[in-house]
Amino acid sequence: MSLALPLPYGCLVWIRFILIQNRAGKTRLAKWYMQFDDDEKQKLIEEVHAVVTVRDAKHTNFVEFRNFKIIYRRYAGLYFCICVDVNDNNLAYLEAIHNFVEVLNEYFHNVCELDLVFNFYKVYTVVDEMFLAGEIRETSQTKVLKQLLMLQSLE
Amino acid sequence: MLAGSRPGVGKAATSRRLAPLCSPSPGKSKEAEIKRINKELANIRSKFKGDKALDGYSKKKYVCKLLFIFLLGHDIDFGHMEAVNLLSSNRYTEKQIGYLFISVLVNSNSELIRLINNAIKNDLASRNPTFMGLALHCIANVGSREMAEAFAGEVPKILVAGDTMDSVKQSAALCLLRLYRTSPDLVPMGDWTSRVVHLLNDQHLGVVTAATSLITTLAQKNPEEFKTSVSLAVSRLSRIVTSASTDLQDYTYYFVPAPWLSVKLLRLLQCYPPPEDPAVRGRLTECLETILNKAQEPPKSKKVQHSNAKNAVLFEAISLIIHHDSEPNLLVRACNQLGQFLQHRETNLRYLALESMCTLASSEFSHEAVKTHIDTVINALKTERDVSVRQRAVDLLYAMCDRSNAQQIVAEMLSYLETADYSIREEIVLKVAILAEKYAVDYAWYVDTILNLIRIAGDYVSEEVWYRVIQIVINRDDVQGYAAKTVFEALQAPACHENLVKVGGYILGEFGNLIAGDPRSSPLVQFNLLHSKFHLCSVPTRALLLSTYIKFVNLFPEVKPTIQDVLRGDSQLRNADVELQQRAVEYLRLSTVASTDILATVLEEMPPFPERESSILAKLKKKKGPSTVTDLEDTKRERSVDVNGGPEPAPASASAAVGPSPAVPACCDGLGNNLLLFCSLMFVCKNNGVLFENQLLQIGLKSEFRQNLGRMFIFYGNKTSTQFLNFTPTPVPRCGLDSLTRTHLNLQTKPVDPTVDGGAQVQQVVNIECVSDFTEAPVLNIQFRYGGTFQNVSVQLPITLNKFFQPTEMSSQDFFQRWKQLSNPQQEVQNIFKAKHPMDTEITKAKIIGFGSALLEEVDPNPANFVGAGIIHTKTSQTGCLLRLEPNLQAQMYRLTLRTSKETVSQRLCELLSQQF
Repeated sequence: MSLALPLPYGCLVWIRFILIQNRAGKTRLAKWYMQFDDDEKQKLIEEVHAVVTVRDAKHTNFVEFRNFKIIYRRYAGLYFCICVDVNDNNLAYLEAIHNFVEVLNEYFHNVCELDLVFNFYKVYTVVDEMFLAGEIRETSQTKVLKQLLMLQSLE
Repeated sequence: MLAGSRPGVGKAATSRRLAPLCSPSPGKSKEAEIKRINKELANIRSKFKGDKALDGYSKKKYVCKLLFIFLLGHDIDFGHMEAVNLLSSNRYTEKQIGYLFISVLVNSNSELIRLINNAIKNDLASRNPTFMGLALHCIANVGSREMAEAFAGEVPKILVAGDTMDSVKQSAALCLLRLYRTSPDLVPMGDWTSRVVHLLNDQHLGVVTAATSLITTLAQKNPEEFKTSVSLAVSRLSRIVTSASTDLQDYTYYFVPAPWLSVKLLRLLQCYPPPEDPAVRGRLTECLETILNKAQEPPKSKKVQHSNAKNAVLFEAISLIIHHDSEPNLLVRACNQLGQFLQHRETNLRYLALESMCTLASSEFSHEAVKTHIDTVINALKTERDVSVRQRAVDLLYAMCDRSNAQQIVAEMLSYLETADYSIREEIVLKVAILAEKYAVDYAWYVDTILNLIRIAGDYVSEEVWYRVIQIVINRDDVQGYAAKTVFEALQAPACHENLVKVGGYILGEFGNLIAGDPRSSPLVQFNLLHSKFHLCSVPTRALLLSTYIKFVNLFPEVKPTIQDVLRGDSQLRNADVELQQRAVEYLRLSTVASTDILATVLEEMPPFPERESSILAKLKKKKGPSTVTDLEDTKRERSVDVNGGPEPAPASASAAVGPSPAVPACCDGLGNNLLLFCSLMFVCKNNGVLFENQLLQIGLKSEFRQNLGRMFIFYGNKTSTQFLNFTPTPVPRCGLDSLTRTHLNLQTKPVDPTVDGGAQVQQVVNIECVSDFTEAPVLNIQFRYGGTFQNVSVQLPITLNKFFQPTEMSSQDFFQRWKQLSNPQQEVQNIFKAKHPMDTEITKAKIIGFGSALLEEVDPNPANFVGAGIIHTKTSQTGCLLRLEPNLQAQMYRLTLRTSKETVSQRLCELLSQQF
């Protein structure tokens, strides 16, 4: 049997989780790309909130987190956080967040926090269109929106 | 967008129905919310249990409500069956809610898995791209082993089938990637692999984006099979970077063509060495030059999105340039580009430039170019507001340090230390200590630096650091007088750190005589100075000082009565601490009964410590974890030399007073006897030292290992004044019983000069290749003539299986998941044994790291246990290894468990490691 041990460091790269939280620490989306049990998830959510909210705007959008790093961006009262391996490309994920937010904004016509709350099942669909298995799946806003509209027409 | 919360609730019909459940206004009490939710749960439960069968729409409505309640943070213990039922609906919305419920709420060992898999199977076969997409996303999100078993055969077929829709291909590629990560053994390579590589040529850039991730992961494990991806990736990349900003339409992001795909392609190329085909290589170099050129062009947009996307590609290109480390021109250009970023107004860019430069500093081509930015980096250390940026500046200063700038860098780090954040002080202390030692031309400077460290950040100076300064002072007689004078002066300060008292006590005990001629530091003054600190110190320090006092008795007979009075005092002789009491009693007795000669012998000056590499390096690495880029570099350069049995010397132990035992394994009486020594235990966890010594010959070793290769430098020293003739050392691999026909180890070497002059040393280099795992260490046979007699010595060479270990970091979750996967009885080997050495946590950690495995902190629920992970590299295979060591302090026992996929490996590693504790 060959064994599923990780490869040397240079190679080990994928998104471990995506979190959207508000300033009070309420989770608006949690998407996990590796196995965690419920307690662990709760702990991660709290830790990320604690790490990210204390940083001011002059700080970098990156912060070391356990053996990983969080790349985050704040939009009004919401923090969009992506946890990746330390040697992954910071700016690529920083813009992936923005790309995602622009799609949400277009899809929900000027998105706000409550859209994410009440349309959670649609948000999951948007995430799956753009990120899958911890990797970037589709980056074209046109293509994603076209697909989302097609799915909406099936409702 | 997201500018503020709008009044009212969502638009869709479902949203309105969910509204009463949600209380976004914080005013409502938690209790009221729970009450409302329980009521709703009861209602849903009764609907599900009701006599009337629910239609699909109602079922969806209630499952969706359950999901919503779960996401609000409440437990849900029913509704699974209804969700599974939704999967077989023909309506998209019902199916979607069913799949979502399952991805979020169903764990892999559920008994429903069979039903779920069945529904997925139907959807995969449905030829309806929407349903296929939902099914593939569900597999990718759950990714359990059961799903891998069920679908690892099917997904590749969907991926490469000619009639699959593009969006389904994208999902299938990443779905397969998830299954491969979970259970690589269930995803066999096959005909599909070559067709997957050709997806890099696909028309649809979304398909290329997804496929590149899959190919990168597969190529890491199977580089040969995916070799053709290199030229395809280069040509794809080339087409992207040379395209005009509007060519790629949908995939142009703020005027940057396909930034994410470019990053992924550049990352795929980092799995391989530079392309061999000159045409491909030339094209790649052109791409990289184009990317560097674009960085100099005026921006096409003022938006930060534009510059971020452009720079994401640039940084990845620089990573590839560093990875190849072969084009001096590109390396220097990369360095100049990063130099510009160091002063950029964007904090993100300054941070990334510092980080990236750290790796550039270790390339011989760009090291000098990096050094030119020293002033900017020092300035960053002083002015950056974000601690993580300052931390990167420290890392970079450390990486760019060499003999030419060491004094400046150390001085800057010391002055930063005064105000540094507490979280990074210890690391800075270690770095300063390492640099000061590594680049010390003048050891007086070294001593000053370390004493400064103790003065500024005494609490963060670990034992390794002050042990090390003592080792160095003892080994270099040119600095001893200066050291004694300096510590004496430093101790004058009214409040000095306890670590300074330790160093001061130790050094004055050895070399106080060198400054005793000066009446200002006469023996009595020295003693009074030390003793004035005594009562404020902790027990170990007081124990050390007592040893200093007895050394003074030998050095300065005139203070003997004073010291005897102190030892005789109740606070010593009757001290509640057993160690202090014993020292006082023994030293007092020694000073009374022993003659001057005996005293002089027992309390002789410490012999030099065997030259060894710093254990501080190991400490630094342990602290940082082997995951940062700088650290990778350190590992590359220093893996061979950093490991060191443990924190020695231990001046605080009683043996310090009488000198440590020499660290040479002199187990040979040897004149002309054929001695076969067993692989010296001390070499299992370290790579350098004296292997063998008798009256004629000393054999020293220095070795380094990387993956399945190694290189060993053997030094033969002629200890006599007569020539050795016909000197022929031959290393030979030995075969175990299981391998009469196969060699497990290849050793290559050249013969050395057959004449070794008296007092001379010759060197032999042995190149080692590990073909497969082995148990028998090779033997070094040495024959030579000395003064007319024929000498024959055989020594085992310490090349053990663990030398081919590469550490692997992983989370607790991963560790235990893999641990469970390796549960066959043949995969596990366990040994329970008695501790042969004191059970010290730090020493144990150092040994596990020295053994080659990663030491995983916070993985085992019991903090007293140690767990490690790594990969044994041989030419024929890579074997993942997990280990766990459980000490039992009361019984003075250990239990060691090894789990690997190969029985012989588990067995051998367990044997080797068991002997170490």
